Amino acid sequence: MQIDLRTVAIQPQRQAFDHLVRRFGDKAASRYQEGSYDIQAAENLHYRPTWDPDHQLYDASLTRIVMADWYALKDPRQFYYSTYTLTRARQQETAEANFSFVESRGLADMLPDAQRAVALNVLVPLRHAAWGANQNNTTVCGYGYGVVFTQPCMYHAMDNLGVAQYLSRLGLLLGDTEALDAGKKAWMDDATWQPLRRYVEDCLACRDPFELFVAQNLALDGLLYPLVYERIVDQHLSAQGASAVAMLTQFMSDWFDETRKWVDAVIKVAAAESEANRAVLTEWIRQWSARAASAMVPVVELALGSGADEAVGEQLEAFKARVLKTGITL
Amino acid sequence: MSTVFIALQANEETRPIIEAIEIDNPQAVVHRQPAMVKIDAQGRLVIRRATIEEQLGRDFDLQEIHINLISLTGHVVEDDETLTLSWND
Amino acid sequence: MDMKVTKKKLGLKDKYKLMTRDLGWEPSYHSKDELYPYMNYEGIKIHDWDKWEDPFRLTMDAYWKYQAEKERKFYAIIDAHAQNNGHLNLTDARYLSALKIFLQAISPGEYAAHRGFARVGREFPGVGPQVACQMQAIDEIRHAQTQIHAMSNYNRYYNGFHAFADQRDRIWYTSVARSFFDDAMSAGPFEFMIAIGFSFEYVLTNLLFVPFMSGAAYNGDMATVTFGFSAQSDEARHMTLGLEVIKFILEQDPDNLPIVQNWIDKWFWRGFRVLGLVSTMMDYMLPKRVMSWREAWDIYGVENGGALFKDLARYGIKPPKGWDDAEKAIDHMSHQFMLGLYQWSFGTAFHAWIPSDDDMRWLSAKYPDTFDQYYRPRWEHIKKLAAAGTPFKNYGLAKLCQTCQLPTVFTEPDDPTLTCHRETVYKGEKYHFCSDGCQHIFENEPEKYIQAWLPMPQLFQDPVNGDLGEWMKWVSLLDGKDNGDYAGSEDQKNFEAWRGLATTNQ
Repeated sequence: MQIDLRTVAIQPQRQAFDHLVRRFGDKAASRYQEGSYDIQAAENLHYRPTWDPDHQLYDASLTRIVMADWYALKDPRQFYYSTYTLTRARQQETAEANFSFVESRGLADMLPDAQRAVALNVLVPLRHAAWGANQNNTTVCGYGYGVVFTQPCMYHAMDNLGVAQYLSRLGLLLGDTEALDAGKKAWMDDATWQPLRRYVEDCLACRDPFELFVAQNLALDGLLYPLVYERIVDQHLSAQGASAVAMLTQFMSDWFDETRKWVDAVIKVAAAESEANRAVLTEWIRQWSARAASAMVPVVELALGSGADEAVGEQLEAFKARVLKTGITL
Repeated sequence: MSTVFIALQANEETRPIIEAIEIDNPQAVVHRQPAMVKIDAQGRLVIRRATIEEQLGRDFDLQEIHINLISLTGHVVEDDETLTLSWND
Repeated sequence: MDMKVTKKKLGLKDKYKLMTRDLGWEPSYHSKDELYPYMNYEGIKIHDWDKWEDPFRLTMDAYWKYQAEKERKFYAIIDAHAQNNGHLNLTDARYLSALKIFLQAISPGEYAAHRGFARVGREFPGVGPQVACQMQAIDEIRHAQTQIHAMSNYNRYYNGFHAFADQRDRIWYTSVARSFFDDAMSAGPFEFMIAIGFSFEYVLTNLLFVPFMSGAAYNGDMATVTFGFSAQSDEARHMTLGLEVIKFILEQDPDNLPIVQNWIDKWFWRGFRVLGLVSTMMDYMLPKRVMSWREAWDIYGVENGGALFKDLARYGIKPPKGWDDAEKAIDHMSHQFMLGLYQWSFGTAFHAWIPSDDDMRWLSAKYPDTFDQYYRPRWEHIKKLAAAGTPFKNYGLAKLCQTCQLPTVFTEPDDPTLTCHRETVYKGEKYHFCSDGCQHIFENEPEKYIQAWLPMPQLFQDPVNGDLGEWMKWVSLLDGKDNGDYAGSEDQKNFEAWRGLATTNQ
């Protein structure tokens, strides 16, 4: 016999798990809260890492940033696995539709040669930069402290991989495997790409998780995404009749708009925590963004030629304005 | 020869997959358990896209199996057309 | 001008290679050793990372698509389960003890695996294994979250769930599972992969999830069935990763064999001890039982594990050193655990109970060589004490094994009447073990295991200072609610009253 359980009105014994009641009061907790707060072991860790015996398995002192509570660094998107995956699945559908639109109507073949060359020259080597970003965010997730800070970095890392894969598909679509080979060769050997590759490798060598977050997600991506996807693809190439390229990079544009809000929120809370944090963040952002800007100049030149300096300069000003809103004056 | 197995959730989506596995692997033994179907086979089990498509009446991507997969054993070899489980012994 | 170029038709393998391996490059501004600093200290030799075979070739777009579909299904079911008082469909609320242990001990392990895989997903200098490990890292946080979400509704109605985060770090029995994951994470990247990727995921995970979830299905717990099977669909990828890892390491250099064998020996035994609690769940905690622990072991341990090690023999791998001792323990362990849980149930945030006559008949049928001879008499004695109003409680402190952290309740492999106990003196300190397996593990790495946080000595330190009430407060255990015998518990009273409301017109 199936009993009709909906008709039973019974009183719950409690609203939420104890640790969430302590943080948010005696009320039902959201799934983001349940899946994020205090689920990293915090006490009585058993053994020191054999690969780094000077630290604990989870160790907040791996970074120069100091937080009284690392769970203050809330993700404004409140992404936990489910909301994250559903969001990306929707975007993935759009990207798929865009790719198949461009393919089925032969739009890739109709691109003017010059614009196709710009798209390939600028975008294809960036698949390697995106792979670097993936590894850097994986580092932050692996070694950062507190789930609300580390969890979105894992999502971000997978997004970076997704971007690298979309760029690879774009390369295949516009120039077949030869385009990927040429892009990799440029990434390895062309003078144009060496400052950026050096930047990415320097990030890979950085083991302060918060500094790495700043160097990759704020300083580099904060300049690279608007310069490449807004200025070069959406504006420059589209104006020259190559808007098909913008369809293939819509994921990246939308993704940057969404994720920058999270990056800003993290920086803002960390900077507001103390003058010491603010000073460290200011120093990092200054150093890394100056380097990122100069690494971007030769890349932007591939598309904008002599206009590159000006474009990067303008973007750097916009970046400073963005950072100012997080409470940091560069 | 050792046994390989694949276990799938028991639902409408897996019915044609299981039928296809039975067609392609006459030696396989199908165990129906609550919420789960476990298929054992001696040495080797092959899942073919084409056979699933015949049962299903639509295009099928072998990676769709992930949605309802519970477990498997053996070495996995996957290409566009087949997913094979086997032991080397 | 016709610019149409004929695109090469790329097969799944070639395409996946371009989407992963081809993304990597040889660094030149820093040395590889600097960027991947933990690759050498374990002694594993890898000559060519490109020899790595990717078992499943999921690109991110496919990953998002299929995982989103799984997520939609999962949350639809647990929402319905919560809205319709699905918990009253359980066969009996004592079943929930199994879920309480799961949430306090296993879900935190899922989180630890998430972080561990993020670390190895960064540290391997090969894109193939990096991507596979990263996917596992993101899957593992999924598992932690779906488990917490599935059990959140039980927490609203039943005791023992509410303090899982506090108890993960403080209560004595969860340190069994946590020390296991801490042990793996504090090891190097290759050992971590053998520990979690191979030994746990491949050799043992079916024993945890498949019978557990079938048990949930038999006992009306659709929420758990759903998170379990949904997680298992990821496990199939993880298991395959575990098998690829071991093949890859062994094929790279013959010198890797003894190191890997040593890890397999160690991690099989560590995993066997942690998963031992599943035996109790299967044999005692399910009101309606699926199969015995012995039967599950025969399928997933003997048959599958046997096939696996027969396959790996071509590399020179032997079955784990503890395999025979494990086999000898199978018919005893669930009873030994449950007797332990019952006598220490004042200190657990879940209930234990005395098996009913009916339960005992089932146990004798499933364990004809051991139950009536060794364990029924003890339960009968305990039953008498309970009937006389003097229930058996062991307020003495359990002696914990320095390695696996379980109380030393197990017997000698060849003599079920004799408790197994081993000691090692290291730097003037005496350490206790439950078995030869755990003693060997300690003796191979004493400097690691002397660091273990042991929950019992903590009892005599600040803020507890030997006071049981203070200890309960410190571990967030509500005396008289969360702990003790299921018979007479709040959970029992509430469940029966609520079920009464649903099945009668009162």
